[in-house]
Amino acid sequence: MKMTPFLLTAAALVTIGAVTAQAVAQSQGEPASAAANALRTTHEGDADGAFVTAGKFMEPDGAKLYNRVCAGCHMPDAKGAQGAGRYPALASNPNLAASGYPTMIVLKGLNGMPPVGQMMTDQQVADVVNYVRTHYGNKYKDAVKVADVKALR
Amino acid sequence: MSQNNALPMSKRDLLTLIGRTAGASAMYMAMSQLGQAHASPFQGPIKLDGDPKGASVLILGAGVAGLVAALELSRAGYKVQVLEYNNRVGGRSWTLRGGDTFTELGGATQKVEFAPGNYINPGPWRIPYNHGGIMHYCMELGVALEPFMQLNYNAYVHSTKAFGGKPQRYGPIQADFYGHVGELLVKAVNKDALNDDVTKEDKEILLAALRSWGALDKNYRYVKGPQSSERRGWDKYPGGGLTAEGIPSEPMDLSTVLKSGLWRAISTNLSTDHQNAIFQPVGGMDMVARGFEKQVGKYVRLNSKVVAIKQDDKGVTVDYQDTKTGEKLKASADWCFCTIPLSILSQIEINVGPEMTNAIHAVPYEAGLKVGLEFKRRFWEQDEFIYGGITNTDLPIAQISYPSTRYGDKGPGVLLGAYSFGAGAYEYTSLPPAERVARTVEWGSQIHPQYKDEYMNGVAVGWHRVPWTQGCFGRWSDDARKEHYKNLCQIDGRILLAGEHASYIPAWQEGGITSSLDAIGRLHQRVLAG
Repeated sequence: MKMTPFLLTAAALVTIGAVTAQAVAQSQGEPASAAANALRTTHEGDADGAFVTAGKFMEPDGAKLYNRVCAGCHMPDAKGAQGAGRYPALASNPNLAASGYPTMIVLKGLNGMPPVGQMMTDQQVADVVNYVRTHYGNKYKDAVKVADVKALR
Repeated sequence: MSQNNALPMSKRDLLTLIGRTAGASAMYMAMSQLGQAHASPFQGPIKLDGDPKGASVLILGAGVAGLVAALELSRAGYKVQVLEYNNRVGGRSWTLRGGDTFTELGGATQKVEFAPGNYINPGPWRIPYNHGGIMHYCMELGVALEPFMQLNYNAYVHSTKAFGGKPQRYGPIQADFYGHVGELLVKAVNKDALNDDVTKEDKEILLAALRSWGALDKNYRYVKGPQSSERRGWDKYPGGGLTAEGIPSEPMDLSTVLKSGLWRAISTNLSTDHQNAIFQPVGGMDMVARGFEKQVGKYVRLNSKVVAIKQDDKGVTVDYQDTKTGEKLKASADWCFCTIPLSILSQIEINVGPEMTNAIHAVPYEAGLKVGLEFKRRFWEQDEFIYGGITNTDLPIAQISYPSTRYGDKGPGVLLGAYSFGAGAYEYTSLPPAERVARTVEWGSQIHPQYKDEYMNGVAVGWHRVPWTQGCFGRWSDDARKEHYKNLCQIDGRILLAGEHASYIPAWQEGGITSSLDAIGRLHQRVLAG
């Protein structure tokens, strides 16, 4: 069978809902054992609110969350990147039209993308989605609310 | 052990007999059953008996999983070819040395400036003795190994929130933790608090054991004296000559040790993946890939980007593109053995059934980051008597690992200046490479003030920016495993998958190798069944 990109996306979304909700437990190899034994102290962090603590993102607004979390893959200009695979551009991306879609992906992940929203508060998820949907050529006026995030989490 | 005593001959006699009559592989199996061999899914060298009758296998990816497949399948009589995206074999089994360049997603290129002989392994960097698969191939391929100093009692444990941010040596922290816990347990035993769990007879044994384990004195106290100083170190070590007498050191109190949190560093070294003996290849982890390359390099086509994987009843065709010339090419075979990381494979057209498709899309890839720093001299050896090993810290760098090789070298030295996962690794990766390195130097100088004067150059690899993995390793949740793991590993028509993502030991090369061997065995059975 040949799957169209749409089907692939739909199948993945159905699948991942059940997948990522649980905390990662055993059998995670060396990184997890290192992380589990890490000292969970908090620091002052840098100007963006990054590097405050090991298990959570503490950036205080959408722009800072985008620049210090999302930009690692989607790039500072939100234009994505291409290698053996690709990171999709979020700039001028019509898939952002329905606010629930990016919210869901931040919370649940998609394909290789980790569910980074698990390390954010509902407010942070709303902030970063709203930021991306109103920047980089995206001009969507309907803001995601904290309650929307809570409902999808 | 009692059942072994009931054997009509000694264990050794029995093993010799099995070895003579049934061959080394059977002996290995028997050893495992008698509990003498290491506990690993690796069951000895794979034996692929039977003629595959010219069947061909197209292997995608020349990391350790793909290289094992190329080696074993070609030996068994298969026609193999391997497509690899990079301009080298090895995949994440990778070493950066002076003169190498690395261009990450987004286009930033780092030129590594290390002096000859210095390197970092951005990916896997150690080989535990009980990872039988990778150990086997290192031995077979002549990859020289040397001890990796996993646990160094003189390296630091460091918290910005304890001891005024002053790094502590690991040894005293462990000694004082064990000592105080031992003394507490003695008190509990003597107050009869453990009577429900410890028999009267065992009580005496337990007390003796706690005294030995905790370095307690004759009164079962963990106090300043020769016993505790033998563990935690002396204020002045015993020596020879007139001023030879040792001066014991004062243990920290229990509350200080507990509140510091530094005891967390103890447990990592207790896990089977980190116990002695643990090794590294002499000269860098990519020596493993180079060992394979000598055997199977002739089957590998580099600079080949897989675009689509299509199967029908007769075979598999893969569309790929030469990354240098842009030329569009095809390769065909009877079977496809795909080791491409799921983060990439989930973006490639592949016609497998819904179960495998869902599995391919179910695994997020973890963030991970390593930074290598070169310094003018090995100040950690010369000033601080740290020879290899790992310092743990609550700073975002998480770890500093000193080179487990070429001790005493007078030239520049390279250490691993940061090795982080989780939120911090994302935040690190979002920075430009030069900024990652600069912050690593800044943070590390809180532990080693020499950093500032001795720093020469550095290189930073954030795994989400690596163009051919888009992440460090497959991070399975327990639920995802339950639902998808078996579907990922099943043969789908003429396609099967292997790699660390198809294992229960993610991020370790042993996961990729045992996954590959398991898949090879099943493929061979399928081929022989016709």
